[in-house]
Amino acid sequence: MEAQWITALQQRIGKERVQTGTADRHSYSYDGSFGEFLPEAVVQVRSTAEVVAVMETANAFLVPVTPRGQGTCLSGGPLPVKGGIVLDMSQWPSSVDITPGDLTARVSPGTLTAAIHAAAEEHGLMYPPDPSSAHVSTIGGNLAENSGGPRGLKYGVTKDYVIGLEVVTPEGKIMQAGGSTIKNVTGFDLTKLIVGSEGVLGVITAATLKLIPKPPAVQTIMASFASMETAGEAISTTLTSGILPAKMEFIDQACALAVEAYQPSGLPTDAAAIVMIELDGNEESIQVEARQVSQIMKELGALEVIEPKTPEAAAAIWKARKMVSPAIAKIKPTKVSEDATVPRSQIPAMTARLADIREKYSVSLVVFGHAGDGNLHPNILCDKRDQEEMKRVELAVGEIFEAAIELGGTLSGEHGIGTMKSSFMEQELGAVGVDMMRRIKDAWDPNGIMNPGKIFAEPGQRLVLTDE
Amino acid sequence: MSNPGTLKERMNYEKSFDCVQCGYCLPACPTYETMETEKHSPRGRIQLMKLAAEGKIGLEELEEPVGKCLGCMACMPVCPTNVQYDQMLEGAKRVIEDNKQKPKLQQAVEHSLLDTLIPSAAGMNTVGNLTWLYQKTGLQKAAQKLRLSTLAPLAMGEFEKVLPPQPSPKERSARPAFRPAHQPEKARVAFFTGCVMDSMFFAINEQSMELLAIAGASVIVPEEQTCCGALHAHSGRHDKAVELAKQNIQMLEELDVDYVVNNAGGCGAQMIRYDHLFEEGTVWHERALAFTNKVRDITQVLADLDSLRFTKPVNERITYQPSCHMTNVQRVTEAPRALMQAIPGIELQEMNDPNFCCGSAGVYNLVQHESSMNILDVKMKDAGSTSTSTIVTTNPGCLLQMKYGAEKAATGQRAVHLVELLMEAEPVPKDYKL
Ligand SMILES: Cc1cc2nc3c(=O)[nH]c(=O)nc-3n(C[C@H](O)[C@H](O)[C@H](O)COP(=O)(O)OP(=O)(O)OC[C@H]3O[C@@H](n4cnc5c(N)ncnc54)[C@H](O)[C@@H]3O)c2cc1C
Ligand code: SF4
Ligand code: SF4
Repeated sequence: MEAQWITALQQRIGKERVQTGTADRHSYSYDGSFGEFLPEAVVQVRSTAEVVAVMETANAFLVPVTPRGQGTCLSGGPLPVKGGIVLDMSQWPSSVDITPGDLTARVSPGTLTAAIHAAAEEHGLMYPPDPSSAHVSTIGGNLAENSGGPRGLKYGVTKDYVIGLEVVTPEGKIMQAGGSTIKNVTGFDLTKLIVGSEGVLGVITAATLKLIPKPPAVQTIMASFASMETAGEAISTTLTSGILPAKMEFIDQACALAVEAYQPSGLPTDAAAIVMIELDGNEESIQVEARQVSQIMKELGALEVIEPKTPEAAAAIWKARKMVSPAIAKIKPTKVSEDATVPRSQIPAMTARLADIREKYSVSLVVFGHAGDGNLHPNILCDKRDQEEMKRVELAVGEIFEAAIELGGTLSGEHGIGTMKSSFMEQELGAVGVDMMRRIKDAWDPNGIMNPGKIFAEPGQRLVLTDE
Repeated sequence: MSNPGTLKERMNYEKSFDCVQCGYCLPACPTYETMETEKHSPRGRIQLMKLAAEGKIGLEELEEPVGKCLGCMACMPVCPTNVQYDQMLEGAKRVIEDNKQKPKLQQAVEHSLLDTLIPSAAGMNTVGNLTWLYQKTGLQKAAQKLRLSTLAPLAMGEFEKVLPPQPSPKERSARPAFRPAHQPEKARVAFFTGCVMDSMFFAINEQSMELLAIAGASVIVPEEQTCCGALHAHSGRHDKAVELAKQNIQMLEELDVDYVVNNAGGCGAQMIRYDHLFEEGTVWHERALAFTNKVRDITQVLADLDSLRFTKPVNERITYQPSCHMTNVQRVTEAPRALMQAIPGIELQEMNDPNFCCGSAGVYNLVQHESSMNILDVKMKDAGSTSTSTIVTTNPGCLLQMKYGAEKAATGQRAVHLVELLMEAEPVPKDYKL
């Protein structure tokens, strides 16, 4: 016998929208992080009215609802940890409605981020947030996680490009936040509160995004350094020289070695750190800037500075950067990917701490990331099947978070808190900070059915990476 | 059926740990696009296979997701952690096959096709010959003669209209076993005829060998060759696939040739993976590797030899529907495009998402007809909205499906094998002077 709420839901939105088969439920029980939780039903919604129906029913029967985009989350956000409903937003028909005169786009929640990039480009415009998962992830997921990417350095992240949202509240009411204007100070900025709220405050059903003119030209520069300190110095000197690159990425030697072993890409393997920079703007001005940046790199003792002359040569450098992820996965099958972020000046200090952590717990730890904005990606390569190793990894991850917080940084630059980092929240925010957030959550979601078990740790909760 | 090892071993369970559930494969998967649910995506299927291997869900839960997988392997090149989905899929199919819980129709089709007809050259010639007979005498009579409509399903029903005229049995048996190169010999090759190719598209095989000879390769047609085993492996008949592979490996060992050349993306993909059928470190694994080193698609050989000159322009705009197995398993993508663009007068216009499967996928269009047709609809929308008059393919299944699709969607396009197109341009040896 199906639960009463399932029958009620099927009556309201149609049987075909509600999946309850074993295989169906198991294939919505995971995301890109750790842990599996089985929902009781998977509901695929395609309109705001259907979301309202789901939320009303869920409220009436007190059934948890967990929104899910394409399940690429790295922090456990779309996992139905308390069972109930997985609300699949990914099959909502894609739509990108651009108003070129206003430089805005109205999008549906299931639209893939890459589709927004492509549509903007057709109008000579750009939607800057560029998470590397853009070709898979939904804009709804990006908004809920406030995702960012390499271009964050110059252009900011998702929250900097949202001016209006339609949201279905946990109680099933439709709410409009923000509007279609760039400036807007009418009341609290609920738009920004929803962005990054990880699906615990409501379901995003439409968004108005801000676009900018696409810069006409780009120039790439790659420089390698004998030590992390000089690389860090080169990064901060560049950023204080009056030049703001679009991207400023760095990878450590272990990453470079892994890439060269995986797919030889011409990366220097003798350097402790490689910095990859992209300048964008007008052709003339970026050529001047490129010379300046190269000069800075050389003066600070770069081992090698490369300014690719053709778009192909530049693409090869960025491809090598993209290869880091798959390449390091060859080291060991399980990848614990963190995104602790520190003030930019603390990058060398943070990498030194990471080196200590690697030694202390004897884990295979490599670092790459968005150096320009201090967002590092320490990755631990391990094997999920090795319980003893995973225990060491758990401790190492905890210490990474501690190091980031001590250096004035944060737990997460872009992947979110979810289930993975909730037990570390208080360390960073303090009890009052967490309490104020919890009060907001309780006021919005009086029945506690909206994506429960996320962001806020239960008493005694800790990070668990093992199956048991 | 033999049952070596545990369920986990047979399902290649350990490989599931390579999947980090990043979802990068979702946009590449045709069934995720048309069926719109995660159990019909690579990531979902891997999860379900893993759970089944662990005994956490029953094997019956796997049947639909696995049965509806095209095996197009579009999920493999996009996977950042290089998950061996092909081996997992074969493992799952094998376990399901061993448990024999497939739908009746699928069992019947697969049995008649795979256990009796396809492995024997005689059997496949029967299909070809019966098709010929059927074309000469009309549907009714042939159907009565065949009695079982599943015996020659490809010639039946919907696909009937699009079959090429078949050679008479006499023409079939008159094929020379050796063709010398038409110019100083640059390579010696064994030609792999392929069951479906040879029975349904006999003429294209003839043209292929001719083309190789013009390009400077001497061509042997080894009599000892047998079916590549792709359809068997894809339907879980592991033991049969191994048996067929061994026979082909032996066949090639006895020949002094540079390559074994095929013109069917699916066959090439199976043969290039023969080593996976044997355990590493065994003698058969070694022998299989020696074999796979010589496997080439005809387009690779023609492009390498670079010895053709086309004497007649073909003034057409064409679009290319690559064979999934050629793109995703053999990873041959440049050579066919280079060849078609070498024809004077040809303009290649790529369709949207060319790597999206056409839905033919071995016997998929027969056993999962409706799903296949939904996928074909997507494909024909993309193929039909190019402004081209011809769809070029490199695999018999795709060719048949494209011929059928163009007719069904009334796009007005014709579908040809790349070899046919190359022959239309009347190739001669490059250095040949009139
Ligand atoms: C290989 C890889 C690379 C990645 N690279 C980056 C990167 O460069 N930068 C970055 O920031 N992230 C990155 N991520 C993380 C992830 O892709 C992003 O967090 C992305 O925004 C998630 O989108 P999704 O559609 O998959 O959402 P999901 O993972 O399904 O959900 C994410 C969260 O959003 C909520 N949610 C989803 N849709 C809605 C909605 N409509 N309304 C309310 N809540 C909703 C869910 O409840 C969940 O909490 C990466 C992930 C992977 C696997
Ligand atoms: S792309 Fe590979 S690792 Fe990612 S979900 Fe698909 S199979 Fe798994
Ligand atoms: S083989 Fe094709 S149909 Fe099957 S999961 Fe992979 S991409 Fe999808």
